[in-house]
Amino acid sequence: MTQDQNPQTPRHRIVVLNGGMRVPSTTRMLADRLADATVAAVAEQGGEASVQVIDLRTHAHALADTMLTGFSSGELAEDLAAVAGADGLIAVSPTFSASYSGMFKTFVDVIEPGTLNGKPVLVGATGGSERHSLMLDHALRPLFSYLGADPVRTGVFAATADFGSGEGGAITERIARAGSELASRLAGRPSQARRPADAFGEQSVPVEEMLARVTRPAG
Amino acid sequence: MQFGLFSVGDVTTDPTTGVTPTEYRRIKAQVEIAKLADQVGLDVFAVGQHHNPPFVASSPTTTMAWIAAHTENILLSTATTLITTTDPVRIAEDYATLQHLVDGRMDLMLGRGNTGPVYPWFGKDIRRGIELSIENYNLLHRLWREDVVDWEGQFRTPLTGFTSTPRPLDGVAPFVWHGSIRSPEIAEQAAYYGDGFFHNHIFWPPSHTARMVDLYRRRYEHYGHGSYDQAIVGIGGQVYMAKNSQDAVDEFRPYFDNAPVYGGGPSLEDFTRETPLTVGSPELVIERTLGFRDYVGDYQRQMFLIDHAGLPLDKVLKQVELLGAAVVPVLREEFAKLRKPGVPDAPTHASLVEANGGPTDTAGIVPTDRAVQVDRWTGTRAEDANVLTEVE
Repeated sequence: MTQDQNPQTPRHRIVVLNGGMRVPSTTRMLADRLADATVAAVAEQGGEASVQVIDLRTHAHALADTMLTGFSSGELAEDLAAVAGADGLIAVSPTFSASYSGMFKTFVDVIEPGTLNGKPVLVGATGGSERHSLMLDHALRPLFSYLGADPVRTGVFAATADFGSGEGGAITERIARAGSELASRLAGRPSQARRPADAFGEQSVPVEEMLARVTRPAG
Repeated sequence: MQFGLFSVGDVTTDPTTGVTPTEYRRIKAQVEIAKLADQVGLDVFAVGQHHNPPFVASSPTTTMAWIAAHTENILLSTATTLITTTDPVRIAEDYATLQHLVDGRMDLMLGRGNTGPVYPWFGKDIRRGIELSIENYNLLHRLWREDVVDWEGQFRTPLTGFTSTPRPLDGVAPFVWHGSIRSPEIAEQAAYYGDGFFHNHIFWPPSHTARMVDLYRRRYEHYGHGSYDQAIVGIGGQVYMAKNSQDAVDEFRPYFDNAPVYGGGPSLEDFTRETPLTVGSPELVIERTLGFRDYVGDYQRQMFLIDHAGLPLDKVLKQVELLGAAVVPVLREEFAKLRKPGVPDAPTHASLVEANGGPTDTAGIVPTDRAVQVDRWTGTRAEDANVLTEVE
């Protein structure tokens, strides 16, 4: 889903990873609210942001195939490319057995190494009760730190009870704060739009240079 | 254009019968496949190099030499020779020996190997795979071209005054291909030396193969070895055929579904759509293979993987027969018609010797300037009594 307002205007590209398993999904609801809050905060700063939501459940079979064959294709490959080209990520998973879901992790596992280097990420999670809320900090945050991403300070955990807390509840405030933190992070970095694709471009490292790095001949 | 087979050398249980061949049977089966390939007119047979079960292919030059002794015309090659974990000095010696024994009817393809523990078993580190490949090949390249080598690097003990023997046949090094699925550095390496580049073209979608080959061709031209279209490209492919396409699909499905590499993953239909795997009639294989040219350009070597996933020898031999009788003759003719002018064939020993000014060794005479009759270290000749004498 892409909310394109004006394709001519350069803007921040936000990709949302929704790990929710069902339709409708509370994880998707949280993901949407985080995306809205971020877009609103970007607008307040005078910018523009587009949002693309990736529902990981639609890739369930393709993810298993990718784990076994080593390559992705079709819509999964397109969505992985969207992740690579994103200026910022919003990553939201349900809590399964004290951590993110296996499918969420599988998607993260097939992202090419190095892709998330320096990329701002807003982490969110849902769970049956707020007793699971530290999952954000003992599971999701270290995962993205390991991958070299740049998680914003506030993560948002939504327990079932939070959906009855009404406007102005603690979670609403937290969502706004998290969105605003991601927006500030986006404002401070260049767009990924014209990033060189990879080593297949013209900038191939010459063999003599590679050789000079490894071999130091005598004399 | 060359057409051939590459064999991984895996010992896999036939999922339809539960039968697992012994290592003896598997090694002998490779020889049978190569012999038939030679008889039906295929050009190349390549064996792998692995150092872990379930593979039997740990000593490629031994197998290649045996096959060469039992065949007439087919060129022996590898898929691949491990340039990372094999001492480049041993590669220089083993393959030069083979080159003499088989009258130049060989070449080799270098690869890194992706089995983690093999590296430490040979005292290496997989994380340095690219660096190993770059340094080791640079040494191998020199060992075949310089009679006396002084060398120092990171990954093996230094060499001072080392001569790799035998010297390459007729003074020309065996032709080298560099194989890589996804490392641009290896395409760059192949281009730099003016060597061939091979893409396995089995596990990944065609779009990926096209990018790797394009990079190699651009760099080949950059280094001045020839134009973009003249670079030496080989690709793989895997096929399973029967006269009737549906029979091929029915016969191959249990092997696909249980294959160690992709079994349990995508369906046969998905995999044939997204990768170059072709299961069907010879006509379908011809049509699909001719299509490879659309995205890699005119290329020099087409290899097929046909003996894997537990397929029994009789089924594999049937594939060799179909390739030789119904597929390769048509491909040869059609590719020749399509080929742009000026695109060379893959180098062979004969063409390299011709480019080098003609044969030397096979004439049976050692040119005076190349004769090494006295050992430089002991000052004695081979036939002298080389006994240690006490120093006064």
